[in-house]
Amino acid sequence: MALLEIEDLRARVEGKEILKGVSLSLEAGEVHAIMGPNGSGKSTLAYVLAGRDGYEVTGGAVRFLGEDLLAMEPEERAAAGLFLAMQYPVEIPGVSNMYFLRQALNALRKARGEEEVKPGEFLKQVRAAAELLGMPQELLKRDINVGFSGGEKKRNEILQLAVLEPRLAVLDETDSGLDIDALKTVAQGVNRLRGGERAFLIITHYQRLLNHIVPDRVHVMVDGRILRSGGKELALELEERGYEGFAGKAA
Amino acid sequence: MSSAIETVREVTGGEYKWGFTTPVEEETAPPGLNEDIIRMISKKKGEPDWLTAWRLEAYRRWQAMEEPKWAKVHYPPIDFQAISYFAAPKQKERPKSLDDIDPEIRRTYEKLGIPIREQEILAGVAVDYVFDSVSVATTFKQKLEELGIIFCSISEAVRDHPELVRKYLGTVVPPGDNFYAALNSAVFTDGSFVYVPKGVRCPMELSTYFRINAAGTGQFERTLIIADEGSYVSYLEGCTAPMRDENQLHAAVVELIALDEAEIKYSTVQNWYPGDKDGKGGIYNFVTKRGLCKGRRSKISWTQVETGSAITWKYPSCILQGEESVGEFYSVAVTNNHQQADTGTKMVHIGKRTRSRIVSKGIAAGRSNNTYRGLVKIMRGAEGARNYTQCDSLLIGDRCGAHTVPYIEVRNRSAVAEHEATTSKISDDQLFYCRSRGISEEDAVALIVNGFCREVMDELPMEFAVEARKLLGISLEGSVG
Repeated sequence: MALLEIEDLRARVEGKEILKGVSLSLEAGEVHAIMGPNGSGKSTLAYVLAGRDGYEVTGGAVRFLGEDLLAMEPEERAAAGLFLAMQYPVEIPGVSNMYFLRQALNALRKARGEEEVKPGEFLKQVRAAAELLGMPQELLKRDINVGFSGGEKKRNEILQLAVLEPRLAVLDETDSGLDIDALKTVAQGVNRLRGGERAFLIITHYQRLLNHIVPDRVHVMVDGRILRSGGKELALELEERGYEGFAGKAA
Repeated sequence: MSSAIETVREVTGGEYKWGFTTPVEEETAPPGLNEDIIRMISKKKGEPDWLTAWRLEAYRRWQAMEEPKWAKVHYPPIDFQAISYFAAPKQKERPKSLDDIDPEIRRTYEKLGIPIREQEILAGVAVDYVFDSVSVATTFKQKLEELGIIFCSISEAVRDHPELVRKYLGTVVPPGDNFYAALNSAVFTDGSFVYVPKGVRCPMELSTYFRINAAGTGQFERTLIIADEGSYVSYLEGCTAPMRDENQLHAAVVELIALDEAEIKYSTVQNWYPGDKDGKGGIYNFVTKRGLCKGRRSKISWTQVETGSAITWKYPSCILQGEESVGEFYSVAVTNNHQQADTGTKMVHIGKRTRSRIVSKGIAAGRSNNTYRGLVKIMRGAEGARNYTQCDSLLIGDRCGAHTVPYIEVRNRSAVAEHEATTSKISDDQLFYCRSRGISEEDAVALIVNGFCREVMDELPMEFAVEARKLLGISLEGSVG
C-alpha cells in the first residue's frame, strides 16, 4: 500500500479551477519533488492535502495510509502523520515557540492515545533538533515567528518537523527566500530526518534545493496537472530547458 | 505547570460549571429597600451607631441619585425594591473554627475547587470565604496575626478594629461617589478587611472568594485594604454564582490605601454567571474599585481577568497623591455570546513625578460588546507625571464589537501621556497554522487568546494564572466555527 495515493485530484479556489486532475503515488521512505512554474497549482496541492478552508475539492480522491485524507479535519490529518512546512509561516504573538511546540506535540500524542511528553524529555528533544538545524536556543523562547528573519522562519518549520516526527512531510517552497548557507542547513536538517519510513513531498520552484536534497522521483506540474514524472535527472533537464520548453512540448 | 490546552479540555461541553446551588437554609430579608431594612442589617451585624448613621446618610444620598447611563451597556430598568438586600446561611453565630462550618457550605467550596482548609492546594494562600451576604470562614488568621497582619471579614473588623475602619472607610470611595457606591454604602453586608502594619511584607497571598447562592438577592460586599508604611500585600478575589434565569445584582466597593512606600497588588479573576447563550440571566456586575496612593513612592497595581457577568461596569482606579507614587492597571476582559463589558480605569495624577501604566486587552466574541473606557487625568501640580496606555482589542467572528474610549486630560506642561491602541482579529492563517500542527480549533483559539493576553496574565500571582488561563479558554468555547 502506498503511503500517499492521489488520484485525479481536482480543486477550486475562489471559484477558479486550479488542480485539474493530479495523480501521484508516494511510498513510505521516498522523497518526491514537485516542480513547476508560478501558478501551476503546487501550493494549492499542499494546502488541499493539509485541509485548508477555502480550497474546494471538486473531484478525485486522496488516500493517506489507506485512509480517506480528504474526509479529515486538518488536525486529524496532522494526527494521522501529515505535516506541512509552510511557505509563509504565521506569527502568533505572545505564544513562545517552545510552548507552541509542546502543545502541538501533546495534541498529536493525545489524538493517538499516547501520554503527554515529559517536560525533561521534550526539552532534550527540542534542543537536539535546534542544534541539528543550527538554530540559536534563544529562538526557542521567542514568540512564534515574531521578528524572525525569512530564513529563521523556514528553519523553524523544519524544527517543528523534527520534533513532531510526521510520516509524511510536505515542504512548500521551503527554499524560497533562503540564502545559500541557510539552504544548506535546511537541506542538511531534512536529510537527517530522511530515512526509515518517513516520506517527503518537496515543492519547489528551483532545482537548486534538489542538489542538496536528492529526490527519488521528480514530478513536473504545469497548469494544474502533472506533465511528466521521472528520476532526479528530470530536475536537471528542467533546469536546462525551462518550464516553457516543457509546457510547449506537452501541448 | 498545566497548560491552557490541557486545562480547557478538562472541562466538558463549555457550560458554566460553577452554576449549581447549595441547599442550605438561608435567612433572607424581605425584598425592598428602606431605612428599616438598613437598620435591620446594621443591627444584625451588631454595628456601632456611627456606622448605622453612615449607612442611612448614604441611603439618603442614593435616593437623590440617578443610575449612570453613559456606559455602552443596555439592560432593562432594575427594580431596586424587588431585590433582597440580605441573605445569610442560618447559623447561630460565626463558626469558631474551620471545623464547625456547615458541611453543605464546605462542600460548595470543595466543588468550586477552593476547599476550606489550610493545606494542600492553597497552602500559600489565606482565604476569606464570603457566601451571599456574610463571610463564613477565613483561613490562616493565626499565622497572619503573628506578623500583626489583620485579615478578616469587614464585619469582624468593625467589631474588633473599629478605629481603623472608622478612619479609612469611605475615604477613597465616599458614600456619595456614584449611584452604586452609594447603594453599597447603605446596604453592604460583608467583604474583607486587610491591614498590613509598617514594614511588614505579607508572606502569603490573601484572597477572598465570593459566592452568590440565594435567589432574588444582590451581593453588596465591601473590601478595605490598608498597607501601612513600607509594607507589601498581594490580594486576590475570585467569584462565581449559580445559573439563574433572572439577573442578579452585584454592586461592590473596594477601597485600597497605600501609605509611604507601601505596595498593594490587587488581582481579580471575575467569573460571575454570564447568562446563557441567548443572553438570559447572568450577573450585573456594577463595581467601584479605587486605590489611593496616599504616601510618597507608594504603588497600587490592579490586575483583572474579567470573563463572567452579563454586564460588567467597572473601572479600578488609582489616585496618585503621594509624590513618585505609581499606579498600574492590567486588564483582560473577555465577552462572548450576549455579554457586555464596559471597563477600564482612571489614573488621577496629583503628586509630582507620579507614574501610571495601563495595559488593557479586550476580547470580544459572539454577539458581545466590549468597551475600554479610561481616564488619565494629570493635575496642575503633577510635575513630571507620566502615563503609558496600551489598549488592544481582539475580535473573534464578525458580530461582536470592540470599542476604545480614552479620555486624557493634562493640566501640567511637563507631563507626558502616551496612548497606543490596536484592533485585530484572529486570522484564518493563525487558526490553520495551529490546526495543521494537530491543535484543535478551540484549543487554537485559547492558545492565540492567551498569547494576546500574556502581558497581563504574567502579572497574576502564579497560583491563579493557571485558573485564569483555563477560564479564558472556557469562556470562548463555541466562539468559532
